[in-house]
Amino acid sequence: MSASDIYKELILDYYRNPRNFGKLDQFDISAHDTNPLCGDEIDIQIKVGDGNKIEQIKFFGKGCAISQASASMLTELAKGKDLTWTKQLAKEDILKMLGNPDLGPSRIKCALLGMKVLKTAVYGYLGTKLEDQGD
Amino acid sequence: MLKAEALDVERIRQDFPILQRKVHGQRLVYLDNAATSQKPRQVIDTLVDYYSRYNSNVHRTVYTLGEEATEAYESSRKKVARFVGAAPRGLVFVRGTTEASNLVRFAWGEKFVKSGDTIVTTIMEHHSNIVPWQLLAKQKGAKLKFVGLLPDGTLDMAQFEEVLKESPRLVTVTHCSNVLGTINNVTEICSKAKEAGATTFVDGAQAVPHMPVDVSAIGCDFYAFSGHKMLGPTGIGALTGRKELLSEMEPFQGGGEMIREVFLDHSTWNDVPHKFEAGTVNIADTIGLGAAVDYLTALGMARVRNHELGLLKYAMETLSKVKGFRHYGPQDVALKGGVVSFNLADIHPHDLATILDEEGVAIRSGHQCAQPLMSWLNVAATSRASFYVYNSYDDVDALRAGLQKARSVFKV
Repeated sequence: MSASDIYKELILDYYRNPRNFGKLDQFDISAHDTNPLCGDEIDIQIKVGDGNKIEQIKFFGKGCAISQASASMLTELAKGKDLTWTKQLAKEDILKMLGNPDLGPSRIKCALLGMKVLKTAVYGYLGTKLEDQGD
Repeated sequence: MLKAEALDVERIRQDFPILQRKVHGQRLVYLDNAATSQKPRQVIDTLVDYYSRYNSNVHRTVYTLGEEATEAYESSRKKVARFVGAAPRGLVFVRGTTEASNLVRFAWGEKFVKSGDTIVTTIMEHHSNIVPWQLLAKQKGAKLKFVGLLPDGTLDMAQFEEVLKESPRLVTVTHCSNVLGTINNVTEICSKAKEAGATTFVDGAQAVPHMPVDVSAIGCDFYAFSGHKMLGPTGIGALTGRKELLSEMEPFQGGGEMIREVFLDHSTWNDVPHKFEAGTVNIADTIGLGAAVDYLTALGMARVRNHELGLLKYAMETLSKVKGFRHYGPQDVALKGGVVSFNLADIHPHDLATILDEEGVAIRSGHQCAQPLMSWLNVAATSRASFYVYNSYDDVDALRAGLQKARSVFKV
């Protein structure tokens, strides 16, 4: 697969029309992180419902198509899930969600930024230590 | 190749082994020279020669190898100093521009900056000319003030003169912006700063590789630059300073070489510049930098500047025709180094750089170590193409073709 094949219809669509983009009026959890290489920024806000469910989730930020599309798709995936679901979330899940693009070591950080922010947010809330899964 | 090029690019390219390689099956089009330049065989050979023939420590050996190494090291100091119009004894070898500003922060700032002092810099600076002064200001209780820019990307000189009324202790400014390419009138800035009683530091990382520079004509107190951006090895650069000032300053790092005498309770310092070169110095890369200076001197820095001006004009004309191309920085190429920062439609610079890489075109993308400037431009990031002696009009054409491809991938 060539580099430009990364930019499939799916990623471009989520980049230009991000789902769950914006801020929640009320939220229980939030986190922010950046990718210093790119200057990508992602904020995630979560309203926790009964039984520790992710009742509402929104993200905002700026950055490359891969970081923004990945964060947006992740919010869709996370909505309605139990908070503990984020613990088993792994790099492979994100890549699968993006259609397994052929990302090099520097660009994969863009793809994983949303997951990192989500885990930071939820782990902080649950009092769990975040393990580095960036690579 | 077009005749308009002042340099014989075809011949120059033969000197750079890396330009023979392919990237993703394409000819390498290297347009990230503001980040680091490629190295000619003449520089690479110098490193191999040193390690193969006369590797030994300098300034402390009496055998043949040591004498040869010391001679080569000090002869490199003379060459580099002459190249920028400095006195050899006022030229300190450092790792690069970042280490130079940090050296001044510690060795000069610790002694001369007091609580309540003002330090003046600008919002077009590289982080290496902001963060050391932030740290110094915080430590000393000094104020750090930023001079802003006019809409055309040049310094707001009226604001600069206003802030000079506060009698700043230090004025620090880049000679040439790594993002906008803006060439600042550092001679005027240093003269006005001096009148206001300030010490001056000029970041020449983007100037020395690309245009004739004469630090004595500029009239600055300190001037810093990096070897790796001017065909030299990584890990070597220089700080020039007025000799009296360097003599008054405290040492930067303590250790061997920088001392005159060591007692159990105190030490005395070696002469300038050795006072600032603690430990075993970077001998090989210093000699390599000397070879880079020889190479550039043979080309002629006025011709290097002319060559880049030609590429810059051609790039600005060619790229501005690509739909969605937005350029940042002065439009007047006379005010600009060989740097084109831009954005293309709604394509993020990192996505653009990934697509260009597939075409063998290497550009910088991101905040370019200038986040305050990115905020002023109101962008998260930009893409940047920057030129050097081995770049041709064909390289600009390859970039333009890459931009067209990106437009098609992103459907804009």
